Amino acid sequence: MRLARPVGLLLLLILLLIPELLAANGASSVETGWFRTYRINAVIVAAVFSAAVLYYTQRARRGDKLFVRKIAGLDEVEDAVGRATEMGRPVLFIPGIDEIDKIDTLAGLSILGRVALITARYETPLYVPVRYPMVLAAAQEVVQQSYITEGRADSYNQDMVCYVAGEQFAYTATVNGYMMRERPAANIMMGAFYAESLLLAETGNAAGSIQIAGTAQPEQLPFFIAACDYTLMGEELFAASAYLSHEPLMLGGLKGQDFMKVLIIAAILVGTFMVTTHLGGDWMRSLFEVR
Amino acid sequence: MEILGLWLAGFFTLSLFSFLYKDNPFYGLAEHVFAGLSAGYEVGLVYHSVILQQLVDPISQHWVNATAGDHPGFHIMKIGFLLFAGALGVLMFTRFFPKASWISRYPLAFVMGNTAGIYLMSELHGRLIPQIAGTFVNLLNPLNLIIFFGVLTTLIYFYFSKEHTGLLGGTARVGIWFIMIAFGAHFGYTVMGRISLLIGQVQFILIDWLKLIKPG
Repeated sequence: MRLARPVGLLLLLILLLIPELLAANGASSVETGWFRTYRINAVIVAAVFSAAVLYYTQRARRGDKLFVRKIAGLDEVEDAVGRATEMGRPVLFIPGIDEIDKIDTLAGLSILGRVALITARYETPLYVPVRYPMVLAAAQEVVQQSYITEGRADSYNQDMVCYVAGEQFAYTATVNGYMMRERPAANIMMGAFYAESLLLAETGNAAGSIQIAGTAQPEQLPFFIAACDYTLMGEELFAASAYLSHEPLMLGGLKGQDFMKVLIIAAILVGTFMVTTHLGGDWMRSLFEVR
Repeated sequence: MEILGLWLAGFFTLSLFSFLYKDNPFYGLAEHVFAGLSAGYEVGLVYHSVILQQLVDPISQHWVNATAGDHPGFHIMKIGFLLFAGALGVLMFTRFFPKASWISRYPLAFVMGNTAGIYLMSELHGRLIPQIAGTFVNLLNPLNLIIFFGVLTTLIYFYFSKEHTGLLGGTARVGIWFIMIAFGAHFGYTVMGRISLLIGQVQFILIDWLKLIKPG
């Protein structure tokens, strides 16, 4: 509430300055209008999606049972950490190599929270090398929070999460060296990966670690599938955190996405029928036209 | 100096390749030099390309324009936005002070929330909606059948709200076949790219560094 007044004043200031902004950009409000009406289709899709997410989140909060099918690989996370505990070796978690403004990285950090809960519970050493300072800060927060939640705040060490290098292959070389020297029992790689994916996965394989990987980068998935024990493909990565936590907010998001998929399938069936039979196919396409 | 650079490049290339045999001190040296250099380079890069180019220079430019009387409100507002972004960055330094480190969660939350919002619209507008429209195909063309069934079955594979059994399971299995065929194509394509990188590096060793082969 204390923030309401300054935020309101800021919004008012921006509103007052909008005509100035438009004038400086050499365009009058009459020419451009307030809304780009040709993008209304994106707004409708976003509104339907948001409504679906809110609806399912409410249902999850009410305690309704929302079914999520088994995702192969995710159940193995706890087993992998258990294996590391028995062997007295660390768990290596790589939250991808991209910045925090990548959705894959956010999904990876979300899964890191669940993995850190398990390592905190079993007191298994955890090592999280990161490539960007913002990811470092976020990952440290996530891991610390998990250790506090599990009642092991004293076991948390800030150096569990460390900045390695900003350059892609310098990062990879360092993590590969760590894999061969420390031989972690489990490597969990969840996030955005690029050309280094096979280098990491192959080295982990050579080090004898059990490997669970997940990314939404289609070019890198074949390498993870070839070199890892379990792989989360594409959207499975985003579904993972909801599956693991069963938190209403995340379940609502996952169910909302599934609802959208049903609508998309229906739209494709109708659109394809109309195009094939020449019964208003162009009209249907125009509804989904983007500029 | 050029010769020294050539020999260092050759030495570090071989040191990194030595990892193929096993972890060894040469690899360790190359790994640490590489990581250290990249960290130092990043500091310089961020200072010039972010702090100077995206913060200090634009603020100076807007200030000059504002004081010259060219739409001062607009330029002051721009300066305000830039200072807000800069202040968020400065707040990240509170992580060095345990009692104030909680403040750094604000810029983090801002970036994460912003990311989710921006990506939602850009993905809808840039990918999802065009791809739906791209799947409205004429099924009388046999090639379009592949697109149509490929998209539908793959979408069904990524449907999490029902167990993959019966008809749904069968369709999802077809979807996974489509996915695997696509991955196979990606795999082959990328391996070809990596082999060309290897050839380039071997050429560097044999032609540029050791001069064992004369360039054709």
